[in-house]
Amino acid sequence: MYEGAVQNLIDELGRLPGVGPKSAQRLAFHLLAAETADVKRLVSALTEVKERVRFCAVCGNVSEENECRVCRDPKRDSAVICVVEESKDVVAIERMREFRGRYHVLGGAISPIEGVGPDDLRIKELMTRLSNDEVTELILATDPNLEGEATATYLARLVKPLGLKVTRLASGLPVGGDLEYADEVTLGRAFEGRRSLEF
Amino acid sequence: MYVSHLQLADYRSYPQVHLELEPGISTFVGANGQGKTNLVEAIGYVASLGSHRVANDAPLVRKGAERAIIRAAVVKGDRQAVIELEINPGKANRARLNRAPATRPREVLGVLRTVLFAPEDLSLVKGDPGERRRFLDDLLVARSPRFAGVRSDYERVLKQRNALLKSASAGLAKRRDADLSTLDVWDEHLAEAGAELIAGRLALVAELQPLVAKSYAELTSVGGPPVLQYRCSAVPDDAAHVPTGSPQLVDVLHSALRESREQELQRGISLVGPHRDDLRLYLDDLPAKGYASQGEAWSYALSLRLAGFELLRADGDDPVLILDDVFAELDAGRRRRLAGHVRHAEQVLVSAAVAADVPDELQGTRFRVHEGGVERE
Repeated sequence: MYEGAVQNLIDELGRLPGVGPKSAQRLAFHLLAAETADVKRLVSALTEVKERVRFCAVCGNVSEENECRVCRDPKRDSAVICVVEESKDVVAIERMREFRGRYHVLGGAISPIEGVGPDDLRIKELMTRLSNDEVTELILATDPNLEGEATATYLARLVKPLGLKVTRLASGLPVGGDLEYADEVTLGRAFEGRRSLEF
Repeated sequence: MYVSHLQLADYRSYPQVHLELEPGISTFVGANGQGKTNLVEAIGYVASLGSHRVANDAPLVRKGAERAIIRAAVVKGDRQAVIELEINPGKANRARLNRAPATRPREVLGVLRTVLFAPEDLSLVKGDPGERRRFLDDLLVARSPRFAGVRSDYERVLKQRNALLKSASAGLAKRRDADLSTLDVWDEHLAEAGAELIAGRLALVAELQPLVAKSYAELTSVGGPPVLQYRCSAVPDDAAHVPTGSPQLVDVLHSALRESREQELQRGISLVGPHRDDLRLYLDDLPAKGYASQGEAWSYALSLRLAGFELLRADGDDPVLILDDVFAELDAGRRRRLAGHVRHAEQVLVSAAVAADVPDELQGTRFRVHEGGVERE
């Protein structure tokens, strides 16, 4: 144990995800040795993020204003909504620069073990958005794991009466990779989802 | 295939040990508690990433040590592969294949295949259904690795669904409605993964049946014939026909889930699915569990293992056969017949407390195990 302030800092850093006690200690001593100006910058970045950033009123993505950049953009196609679990997923899809529709961030996936049910996700908000006739396609881009699949199934059932086109991202082999390195589960999925080549 | 080198560090009773092995038969002889089983257990661990004696890894690490290391060289045809496993209880285990680190230990599965006979096998016949389900699933995964994914998917669905049922049965009225709305979703995933698992098991049982009958008849001249019957918890006992295809099984599971929903909600656990199924073993039309004598039960258990060995062999792998302390349990006739059956495997590893228990045709190269040391005679 260190004295007061140092130990406090180590404890706080240790609460962060992916930071164990050893890393927390290293980070703490790095900060102790750093220039005061550098630490001030970090402090203001931390306070700023809590003060300025909130969640988009429409889609739930992180945003500095009432609505996020995508929701404000009039050029985006309002007929297509892509449903993702986290804001991180929006960034990943945006990097592709192909998708021109809008997003809906659920804030997680259904997982009874962790006590997360549909009421804990932004599903009601999604249903409100779908209730106007503008939307024609819903893309379910939740994670390709069990909880993500269950959430996708739940949503697909829920919106079925609305008569929308509902799609799910394909799963299978990574592009540019080698077939030989794929694990059996991924390869099995890829076989299930194979399609015929037509000319 | 055969294991040519085995090196252990801080594994069970061994601070350090290094063995050179050859194809053919090797016998480890030593008094009880000297570490014979630890050697063959380590080889089994390399093949299955689990011990046949304990469910968790902590007892595998020598007292006072932080981690255990198993290194095994496996020769298959003219190629050699070196597997290194680092067992860290409470943390992730690490694996290296030919010195290159594997992203997940699971990647080394299939490099070495073993079929292990141990005194614990008697519970295949006399024990709970869980023992027989594990026997089927382990064999299924060994033969087609895809089932490792199916099995873990199913276990995960089951966990989630049980958590949901528990909270729905204990929960407040408002919460209960929300829970029920997602139960359908978990039913769907349970039916899908469950049907695939059941279909795999059914196909496997059909393949095992003639091989078990054959092995049983070779091991003993009395009793029989042994008949295997897969009991689906989703199908009523008196049903005339059980579908074997995965799509039909999805429907079967769905209707069974619908019927048992009230009861499941009351009790807060999943009551239908492959986790409640059983492989029933009959001998002379009577359930072996209650009726078989000790000798018959042993012959049955050995026949199941031998049938598994035959299947793996037919797939093109010649698994390493491990006979851990089984001869003490058998009479002279069964010992001789078992020996005759297995001695043609590419490698057979035998452990015994008394050398005289091992039939002559299985003596092979003899190692003496004494107080944590292993010496070749």
